[in-house]
Amino acid sequence: MNQRPLWGSIVLYLFAALVVVVSVYPFLYTITTSLKTGTELFSTSLFPSAPTLQNYITLFKGKQPFGTQLGNSILVATVTVTISMLMAITGAYALGRINFKGKSTLLLAILAVSMFPQVAVLSGMFELMQALGLYNRSIGLVLPYTVFTLPFTVWMLTTFMRGLPKELEEAAIMDGCGPLRIIFQVFMPLLAPALVSTGLLAFIGAWNEFLFALTFMTDDFQRTVPVGISMISGATAYEIPWGSIMAASVIVTVPLVILVLVFQQKIVSGLTAGAVKG
Amino acid sequence: MKNRTRIAWTFLAPMLILMVLVAGWPLARSIWFSFTDTNINNIAEYNYVGFDNYFSEWGLFGLSVFSAEFWETDWGISIRNTFQFSFFSVILETLAGLGVAMLLNQEFKGRALVRTAVLIPWAIPTIVSAKMWGWILHDQFGLINQLLVDWGVIASKIAFTADPAYALWTVVAVDVWKTTPFMALLILAALQTLPKDCYEAARVDGVHPLRMFWKVTLPLIKYPLLVAVVFRLLDALRVFDLIFVLTSNSGSTISMSGFVRRDMVDNGNLGSGSAASTSLTIIIFLTALLFMRAARVKLNEESN
Repeated sequence: MNQRPLWGSIVLYLFAALVVVVSVYPFLYTITTSLKTGTELFSTSLFPSAPTLQNYITLFKGKQPFGTQLGNSILVATVTVTISMLMAITGAYALGRINFKGKSTLLLAILAVSMFPQVAVLSGMFELMQALGLYNRSIGLVLPYTVFTLPFTVWMLTTFMRGLPKELEEAAIMDGCGPLRIIFQVFMPLLAPALVSTGLLAFIGAWNEFLFALTFMTDDFQRTVPVGISMISGATAYEIPWGSIMAASVIVTVPLVILVLVFQQKIVSGLTAGAVKG
Repeated sequence: MKNRTRIAWTFLAPMLILMVLVAGWPLARSIWFSFTDTNINNIAEYNYVGFDNYFSEWGLFGLSVFSAEFWETDWGISIRNTFQFSFFSVILETLAGLGVAMLLNQEFKGRALVRTAVLIPWAIPTIVSAKMWGWILHDQFGLINQLLVDWGVIASKIAFTADPAYALWTVVAVDVWKTTPFMALLILAALQTLPKDCYEAARVDGVHPLRMFWKVTLPLIKYPLLVAVVFRLLDALRVFDLIFVLTSNSGSTISMSGFVRRDMVDNGNLGSGSAASTSLTIIIFLTALLFMRAARVKLNEESN
């Protein structure tokens, strides 16, 4: 069915190959670099001649509490996403299924908050964190992270809620279902894919956050991994342990890449629902 | 229907209260701090200084924005850097994204593989891509320098992330690498909604594909494309982490967000830092509004 001229096919495959190499090679190189030690680190060949896990061992036994930081990141991102999703589901039902005055203004405000530069709330958040005793306690990061995950999840779920068939809700109302039952028993199963993609995207956002984590956590044991990676240092100021940095990068990234690849279809539909249609 | 309205507000209440607590209140306090001389070490004690942080002799806009000196101050440089970065990275990402999306919209063997591969840069955390590229672009041991020297493109190795002549362009390049997938996926989604028969008809009539692209494809995807550009622009204007990590927080590449953080946290001037953050927010929103006005993009419920 495709009548592409030969040169067209050649150009197409060359372009495709270029795209794949540019996308994949840097991370592949990072993975193999993390398996190199000593002088081999400075060779630019892709494959290490003597692959070793030494960098990973050093990372967890080094002077930085990388394991603790990993735990902090997992905890903070999970709690943030759970809270945001719980709040967003009922909110999204109201915004997606009910017509009321002021709805479009509210939606626009939510979109505006999700697009906000994080530094706009930095000093006020600093004060709030100190007042609530959350400053320099990793779990406290849930507060600033909610600033961007909550509007994001509300916006996404609203888009998905709006797309559900009207008849379903009408039938449920006829059968005497209250709004809570409609949300949790009728809509929820249909929304499962949307919940997965929204939750995953929010999780990635919280997992990757840097500015708040850098500013509000000054104790090494309270930091999250992105900040931890940026601060990995060697014995002296001039000796940057690239091997350990690459090992840490791989540990932080591989779970994300696997999640993203497994849920590829859902994430793509989530992204496009949130942005293009939004 | 009054009942339904009440349900709506009841359901919205928890979310709205939380939003006011974590976003509204800190924002209001930040704006308030911008009129004070608060120091980060003692935020309880401060003096009200009015618009001094903005317009006094030593304020952010103490010099006229039309004077060359203004653009030589750290604040002026950070504004310049941010706009230069945003302008070039968004344009390049849109073009590259369009290219990749057009590729993925073709039918060919291995398309699924390419599509999967494209997602990888997007899935990598910004900090990790900053560190990773910092290593690949390393001035002595970096892969890129090695390749360029081997191929005879350059005679001596370049300090991509440290040399002010290259640093900001390096940041743009890494950002393009990381964000092109996002643009490509959004554009691809728009492309896939286009009617196929239209293209069949054009092909039968022998219309040149390039002409087809300009006259049919581009006008049809213009709207989603512009929305994607607005989102990217808003994101690019608040850039912080990529620049902070990739160029080691150097003064020559500092962004507006970086300037705010440095003033507030490193120098402890919570008051004047808040003035900078408030100015930044206003600048970003004005830019976005101007762009949307110029491109006639409306962000509202009806846009889907």
